[in-house]
Amino acid sequence: MKAGRETRGGGGSRRRWGAARVATAVLAAALLLPWAHAAAPAGPDGEGLAQVWRFLRLEDAAVRHVVWGTLLLGGTCGLLGGFMVVRRMALVGDALSHAVLPGVAAGFLWNMSRDPVAILVGATVAGLVGTAFVSALCRTTRLKEDAALGLVLASFFAVGLCLLSIIQRLPAANAAGLSHFLFGQAAAIGPADLRVMAIVAGVVVLFVVALYKELVAVSFDAAFARSQGLPAAFVHHAFMFLLAASVVIALQAVGVVLVSALLVTPAATAYLLTRRLSRLLVYAALLGAVAGLGGAFLSFLGPGLPTGPLIVLVASATFGGAVLFGTREGWLVRFWRQRAGVGQTRRENTLKSMYHVAEREGFAHAGITLEELATRRRQTVEEVRALGAELHRHGMARLERDLLSFTPEGRRRAGEIVRNHRLWELYLTRSANFAPDHVHDHAEKIEHVLGEAAVRELERRLDHARRDPHGSVIPSAADLERSNWGEPGGRAR
Amino acid sequence: MNAPTASPVPPPVVEIHDLTVAYRRKPVLWGVDLTIGPGKLVGIIGPNGAGKSTLIKACMGLVPTQGGWVRFWGRPFGEVGSRVGYVPQRETVDWDFPVSVMDVVLMGRYGRIGLFRRPSRADREAARACLEQVELLPYADRQISNLSGGQQQRVFLARALAQEAEVYFMDEPFAGVDAATEASIVSVLRTLRDRGCTLFVVHHDLPTARQYFDHLLLLNLNVVAFGPTAEVFTAELLQRTYGGRLTLLSEVAQALGAQGGPR
Ligand SMILES: Nc1ncnc2c1ncn2[C@@H]1O[C@H](COP(=O)(O)OP(=O)(O)OP(=O)(O)O)[C@@H](O)[C@H]1O
Ligand SMILES: [Mg+2]
Repeated sequence: MKAGRETRGGGGSRRRWGAARVATAVLAAALLLPWAHAAAPAGPDGEGLAQVWRFLRLEDAAVRHVVWGTLLLGGTCGLLGGFMVVRRMALVGDALSHAVLPGVAAGFLWNMSRDPVAILVGATVAGLVGTAFVSALCRTTRLKEDAALGLVLASFFAVGLCLLSIIQRLPAANAAGLSHFLFGQAAAIGPADLRVMAIVAGVVVLFVVALYKELVAVSFDAAFARSQGLPAAFVHHAFMFLLAASVVIALQAVGVVLVSALLVTPAATAYLLTRRLSRLLVYAALLGAVAGLGGAFLSFLGPGLPTGPLIVLVASATFGGAVLFGTREGWLVRFWRQRAGVGQTRRENTLKSMYHVAEREGFAHAGITLEELATRRRQTVEEVRALGAELHRHGMARLERDLLSFTPEGRRRAGEIVRNHRLWELYLTRSANFAPDHVHDHAEKIEHVLGEAAVRELERRLDHARRDPHGSVIPSAADLERSNWGEPGGRAR
Repeated sequence: MNAPTASPVPPPVVEIHDLTVAYRRKPVLWGVDLTIGPGKLVGIIGPNGAGKSTLIKACMGLVPTQGGWVRFWGRPFGEVGSRVGYVPQRETVDWDFPVSVMDVVLMGRYGRIGLFRRPSRADREAARACLEQVELLPYADRQISNLSGGQQQRVFLARALAQEAEVYFMDEPFAGVDAATEASIVSVLRTLRDRGCTLFVVHHDLPTARQYFDHLLLLNLNVVAFGPTAEVFTAELLQRTYGGRLTLLSEVAQALGAQGGPR
């Protein structure tokens, strides 16, 4: 491991997505595998495999509808969800998705059939009425947004459930497809639905691309955007309108109960992967599309598998993947970084002890004995033998029986660490008014992370001082270059 | 003077007439009158809850007013919005929002860029120049979530500078900044004033308010006093503004004492 790697240690780690979310993701992964397995041998003789093949070939019109439909709805929800997550509006999505249910029923009652356009209109209107209620409650009462959201969500949903059960009893109604709106069934997507989805998705993409700048400005600081003469109110309302429409096109495949996950989860995953909004939105859209397609595929494998939960599980599984394997702040990366750091610090401390022993002997010998090192470190010989062996493995020192000697690399690094330590102690006492007996512990940490540039700057500020606050010599860069003490073979004892 | 009107006497840069604002019928600003010309650095002073932020928001058209009006160069805010800049209180936005310092400063130019268009090279250059002025250029590509409070405040200032407005309203731009930063912000404000801009700055520290501003607006529900600092910064007027609260009064007395009383 190269020196100086550690300086990039943990830059502002955030844990916005807490344990609950992770638990969901793990659960998702655990649930997904058996389901996929169970689905494969569904029915007699490899019918599952035949289904896979049927899905992959895309020749079947019904399959094509499902594929396109889930891609479109996943991508659209992911894209808008990206804005929701950065605006901390995740709960609004939840409320919105429940509030549309009465509109679905109303759209059905319009002409007693599952007409996608009527349902889109009805549901979008219901969703917007719901969010309008929320903001009216916030404005005119002392209630805060969370309470208002919970209230509106539940009451609209209740109204929707009542209407649906009434519809199912109506003699004239062919209400077969309506239960899909609760739990989602991608296979129900027909050509008419697909057309509506394509139009909504197209408008959403056009809106985001054309008004990207305004959307970002309004999301970050609506008051400032308004003061700049940007059409903040229009942008906000258009956004809410498109959000409602996207929720509605996703309803059939995902279901009212889970559709908000399609807004939040891909965006949350993207949030973990990047810190740039533009990338976050692209990732969220892609992840949403992948989740939609993956869930549709899994539900296709067996009869009666609900699409909605599977889509959400795929999204949660990718989220879990990002939490574990994310290159930025994934748990594995963090774990390795920390482990590598611990190991390196330990090795550097061993090198430093070797330096101290050698220094006390005036660098007269090429190596030091394990016994000397053990005395210095107040450890047993066996313990320091393990440390020495570790240095040997990393090419920092050579361990020959009881004799430990530096390699050129190890000698250079040992000198650097000691120099960093003493420079920092001197800096703290001279420039930061620390008492000399307070500085050691600080220096113990800093010595491992000071980069060359910082060292140059310290040396300059300290006028290239030669002695630390305790009177020991600070090895300079030139010393480190010149010295050849500690080469093997120079020791006779 | 760039007020395109027919009248021979140019209208004042800012004119506030009988402005009244209420939240749920409780008035927080009551009949505020004020007229000011170009090139003035005005401190807005008053106790907590006096309505300072509300006055600024009302001028920027951000809260509904119950009565009265505000004109800039004789025209309503809606017609001249991009010539009026705004520095809100820092806490009004989410600093975890995933954008860079440069992105935020560029937002100051969105008003003049126009709908559907992307910022040009010239806009970026202008934004860089503003970052330079507030000594944040090295931070241009940083995420705003990694900034300290004083740096955030300067980002807001740079965003307002990027707007190249002629009137500025700044809500507590010195809150939570260290002395060196405060000094550099003050010098930026003075440069703007010397260029002919008029600035309204909410400020809480009385001794420095007296040094920084050439005009003071003492506000508490309505205008207690408005005029050149030397005339307005008196123990009596300040007492009326702050309603005789002891700690503040002693602070005022100290400030007056330190500078040898009102001139
Ligand atoms: N959104 C709001 N809804 C209801 N009342 C409000 C609202 N904002 C402010 N107020 C009230 O209006 C009054 C003036 O508030 P304002 O924020 O303008 O005060 P301020 O002078 O800026 O105070 P501070 O020095 O604390 O910033 C206060 O009494 C406050 O309680
Ligand atoms: Mg205020």
